Amino acid sequence: MTLEEICRQLQLDVQAAPAKLGTQVTGGYASDLLSCVMAKAQAGYVWVTLQAHPNIVAVASLANLAGIIITEGMKPDPATIEKAEEQGIPILTTLLTTFTVVGRLFELGVSGVDDVGT
Amino acid sequence: MPQITRLHELVYELKIAEVMTQEVVTVTPQTSMSELRKILQEHRISGTPVVENGELVGVISIEDLIKALAAGEMGVTVDERMTREPVVLCADDRVVLAVDHFTRYGFGRFPIVDEDAKLVGILTQGDVTRGLLKKLEFEYHEDEVRRYRASHIFEDVVSDRTSIFLHYDVVAHDFDYAGEASSKVKRALNHLGVSSQIVRRAAIATYEAEMNIIIHTDEGGEITVEIQPERIIMRATDTGPGIPDIEQAMQPGFSTAPEWIREMGFGAGMGLLNIRRCTDEMRLESPLGTRTSLEAVIYVDRRRARAESQGACGK
Repeated sequence: MTLEEICRQLQLDVQAAPAKLGTQVTGGYASDLLSCVMAKAQAGYVWVTLQAHPNIVAVASLANLAGIIITEGMKPDPATIEKAEEQGIPILTTLLTTFTVVGRLFELGVSGVDDVGT
Repeated sequence: MPQITRLHELVYELKIAEVMTQEVVTVTPQTSMSELRKILQEHRISGTPVVENGELVGVISIEDLIKALAAGEMGVTVDERMTREPVVLCADDRVVLAVDHFTRYGFGRFPIVDEDAKLVGILTQGDVTRGLLKKLEFEYHEDEVRRYRASHIFEDVVSDRTSIFLHYDVVAHDFDYAGEASSKVKRALNHLGVSSQIVRRAAIATYEAEMNIIIHTDEGGEITVEIQPERIIMRATDTGPGIPDIEQAMQPGFSTAPEWIREMGFGAGMGLLNIRRCTDEMRLESPLGTRTSLEAVIYVDRRRARAESQGACGK
């Protein structure tokens, strides 16, 4: 499933890097703690978070994530959008809560890794 | 905005001297039209400059020849049919001027002169196209060679132990530039042809070390990444405040980050663990609780790296 399809199904607003929406999503991960994302999210995953500051782009880029969904109406800073455009990391926003977004993603067949190790 | 291609740039960069034909076939004003026909045929060209006593006096083309042929005047001399005071271009001029001349005058060729007005070459539209294509191909090849060289640097450079060192200064509490060093490390490793799995592990380990310096130090610190053919060694050092209890710091979730930093999602108490998880060896020292030095190693060539490893590692 591509990010574009997820975008359409969940009616997400595209805030940055629309050209990269064709990226295949291989799974999903949700957390607001950056180190947890670094630890658990796999390459190609979509990341669901409440964080909207520029460093989320660095995290997504370093971990080779497919894109970021920012929930509960949080708006990314202009600096975040600028960084995301620069690095080609799509940022999508929604009024839905993280819980609902993850639920919908699961319905669409996007699953996560349940790696219980450190 | 229209995109400026490399081709556009080249037209402005290249000099006419670089694309013109240097060996010019010339005729004199006294050459007859039937002789001219043989010369053009023999050299498979469609026109030539006319030179008298070493001076350029005109240009004669295949069109002039056809007109003479149609009029049954093949016996006349070039002098009677040539274009006098031809438009010339200088060898030092840029190709863009030639392109402009071809469209403006509609001529098939321009004689090229040096600064003393001496004939040094001839330029056709074919010369321009060939010159540009050759240059493009050359640059493409150079680019390939550069990329090849970057990924084979360790084979090309011979020494008992070859390392590439990358140094980064990390500024305390500068969250705007957080992740810059690790992004640059990632790019460098990609450029060197390191496999994407290893690049990702090195990028994550460097990011966590970088964040630790940004979050916890007052004076910042330094990150050094040493790249060897068989391993990548990342070292992060700072001058304080140090880690009083390393064992405690390694516990998942243990964090001393202030609340405002945690609200941004940093300081989750997972950083050191992430470094250990992403690397094959990790040593963390904070003697006397003042400065901290971290060394983490990722094996690129697992078998060789392990064989040469000194053994003392924290894993």
